[in-house]
Amino acid sequence: MSEPLPDEVKGWIDQVRYEEEPEFEVEKGYVYSSCSSTQNGNPLFWDEAVAREITGGLMTPPTMMSVWFRPHHWAPGRTKQRLPLQIHFDLKERLELPEAVMTDNEVIFYAPIRPGDHLRAHQVLRSVSDLKQTKLGLGRFWVIDVEYFNQDGTMVGKEIYTGLGYRRGNR
Amino acid sequence: MTTPVKLTLDRVRAGDVVPELAFDVSATTVVLGALATRDFRPMHHDKDFAVNRNGVQDIFLNTPNQAAWFERYVTDWTGPHGRIGRMKFRMKDSVFPGDRMVFRATVEKVETDDVGCGWASLDVKLGVGEKLMTECKVRVALPATASDNPWTREGAQWKP
Repeated sequence: MSEPLPDEVKGWIDQVRYEEEPEFEVEKGYVYSSCSSTQNGNPLFWDEAVAREITGGLMTPPTMMSVWFRPHHWAPGRTKQRLPLQIHFDLKERLELPEAVMTDNEVIFYAPIRPGDHLRAHQVLRSVSDLKQTKLGLGRFWVIDVEYFNQDGTMVGKEIYTGLGYRRGNR
Repeated sequence: MTTPVKLTLDRVRAGDVVPELAFDVSATTVVLGALATRDFRPMHHDKDFAVNRNGVQDIFLNTPNQAAWFERYVTDWTGPHGRIGRMKFRMKDSVFPGDRMVFRATVEKVETDDVGCGWASLDVKLGVGEKLMTECKVRVALPATASDNPWTREGAQWKP
């Protein structure tokens, strides 16, 4: 179980990769859909006067941060489905670990995201463990950060994913 | 519109129990949540796919929508001045149509950080019957006094 980590993968650690922008700007319609789906009546998302008094204006639910980056189900001219969290899939392929699960998800919220914001994001691989024997099989844990920024360059949040890529059994 | 709740830090103690929230999940709940989070994967809207490809009993709530439910649960308790700084969750099992999901939480810690921001750390659990489906840790900023507002904090004054 002492298989060394390939130099190519070592070179990915702490490097900013896969910078991306959403396919549309932050808007209120999806905020209402999200709040309706959870019956969330927080006035910060519904009442402009209250939102202005408390936060300086209408804002979006912080947990929607990654929603703005999910691709349309179909778009003209697109021939290949975009994959979220591409580094995760790169690791599976490069390390020949065909199965993978996400074990933990942590989200940190910084500046509020507001309707009209133009966001961007990038991914950073933070670490990859040695090979470990787990209940699912032999594999490696990895930690990937996705960092989100607004049009002013202010970080609005960060997601930290812990994934486990593995081979079934003891191969 | 009713006056919003404004929970302040001095009214919260470690060990406090947050009032529970129960909700009967339907297929509409699952599909609405998936579409609202732009999650178009079939296991969240196509029962045939969920049963025959994923081997589960039905379509099930997706992760981003569960996060939205946790947010709603916490800010129902704090009111709009409560500002969530951090959320960490781990899903253990799936929530299906027909389930009555129940959110429960306990205050684990109350503290004021080195820039004067008040925080409550919550241990939140989403259960169905006796079964734990998702566990979640939330760190939420609360006004230290009636005139304080965590939303005014930015830059070095905001340490989530």
